[in-house]
Amino acid sequence: MLCDVCKCNDATVFLTQIIEGKMQKVNLCDACSKEKGVQDPTGFALADLLLGIGAAEEIEKGSPTQRCPVCGFTQADFKKTGRLGCSTCYATFTEALTALLKAMHKGTAHVGKVPLRAHRVGELSDRMRNLNDSLQKAVAEENYETAASLRDQIKQLESELTS
Amino acid sequence: MKFSNVMSNAGEWLRGEGPHHQIVISSRVRLARNLRNRAFPGWAKKAERTAILELIKPHVEELPEMQDSFSELLQDLSALEKQVLVERHLISREHAAKSAGSAVIMNRRQTLSIMINEEDHLRMQSMRSGLQLKQAFKLLDKIDTALENELEFAYDQRLGYLTACPTNVGTGMRASAMLHLPGLVLSELINQVVQAVSKIGLAVRGLYGEGTEAMGNLFQISNQTTLGEKEDEIISRLTKVIETIIEKEHDSRQVLIQKKSNTLWDQIGRAYGVLTYAHAMSSKEALNLLSIIKLGIDLGAFPEDKRLPIDELFMDTQPAHLQKTSQQKLNAEERDHLRAQIIRARLKVLPKPDISKLATDSGNGSNPGPSEQ
Repeated sequence: MLCDVCKCNDATVFLTQIIEGKMQKVNLCDACSKEKGVQDPTGFALADLLLGIGAAEEIEKGSPTQRCPVCGFTQADFKKTGRLGCSTCYATFTEALTALLKAMHKGTAHVGKVPLRAHRVGELSDRMRNLNDSLQKAVAEENYETAASLRDQIKQLESELTS
Repeated sequence: MKFSNVMSNAGEWLRGEGPHHQIVISSRVRLARNLRNRAFPGWAKKAERTAILELIKPHVEELPEMQDSFSELLQDLSALEKQVLVERHLISREHAAKSAGSAVIMNRRQTLSIMINEEDHLRMQSMRSGLQLKQAFKLLDKIDTALENELEFAYDQRLGYLTACPTNVGTGMRASAMLHLPGLVLSELINQVVQAVSKIGLAVRGLYGEGTEAMGNLFQISNQTTLGEKEDEIISRLTKVIETIIEKEHDSRQVLIQKKSNTLWDQIGRAYGVLTYAHAMSSKEALNLLSIIKLGIDLGAFPEDKRLPIDELFMDTQPAHLQKTSQQKLNAEERDHLRAQIIRARLKVLPKPDISKLATDSGNGSNPGPSEQ
């Protein structure tokens, strides 16, 4: 079995940790386990390790030179600092972040407080989705009268959303 | 409000009147918020940080909760003043390292503190005495809603509130309680508790947060994750765990009284002796010994009305508080002398430990108790 980090040496260290009932396994070679501090049980957390592995893999997927259009931050900067550049970085580096957030948190979607402003936008876009679905259905059923009325409603909603 | 006023008033949350205050020193909740499409403080250039500060600060100062507040730019505070605020947990250690482009605003009662341009544009913190996480969150939630009307926060439909560090994304909320657990430490059960707690997605840390040592038998317990769980769910889960720890702490104290009473009296007697007669004391030693005296008060070995002066010593013997009170910069050796001197003076009002009281409190008369005194 190959090491999960360097993927070239045989794994000699096998780690299993159970976090909230979810079992996570990592296989490491001798050199990587030392580098990651696995052999020092006091300073070791599997989450950190997983995070490092996830990040390294994802960075290969994405482009390390890709810049956030708002703040100019790169993935390399993120790897170095562990902090992001601005709120838009979450959209820019979404690929790399998804794996990280999954390893870090209880869930992958926010279920808590919604600011009023966002709440309004959320409601409008939900309504928009419903209207679009109904429109497609109406067109498929050749129910053109309904379709026309739906199209008007969508237009109105669009103007509300952009205002 | 001036810094001297901050110094002369101990924070209300330090006064120890909240529920379970014997074991839960304080409850704190903080929320992290950022402005949309603006570079986070760690990445923003100085000019942008200053612009963000000027945008946010007036709205914070206008909050009704911030009437007669202490509002200061970090560059206008001395290193010692910053350290005093850190010792009171009013700003983070990270914030104390900031200067131009950062600020702190806190209310007179020192129960609400808002940091601008810490790791995030806004870090809002509410503190209460005892176990009151729900109440602390309620106040913050209200302030957050008020600020949200004036400022556009970075928020994503899927990820929630966006923060500089991905570990805070979602609710941006960290709820924590400071627990005094001498019983679990003395009965060597504390590691079990720490391990059990960390297994359920909560974190246990020392007195001043991340990477700090547990001194004075004080432990901070907080939620580790912020995404995928509602604010009130996080808080009620944390509260339940803390209530269990409180029970365990009480149990371990009872076991100590019944099975290891000699060790317990010895610890209390030694702490009293050293604190009353020592002429040099480090802040670590002071915290550890004061912790045992506090345990003694909880168990009835010292009169209840001496609780406040002892609690105050926990804060007043910290390095920056010591220097601020004495109005001079002191080296470590001078601090240790002054610390011992202050403790000796304050402990003059504390009578010798009354062990007979302790023995009867343990109930049933089955405990033989110590024979002497």
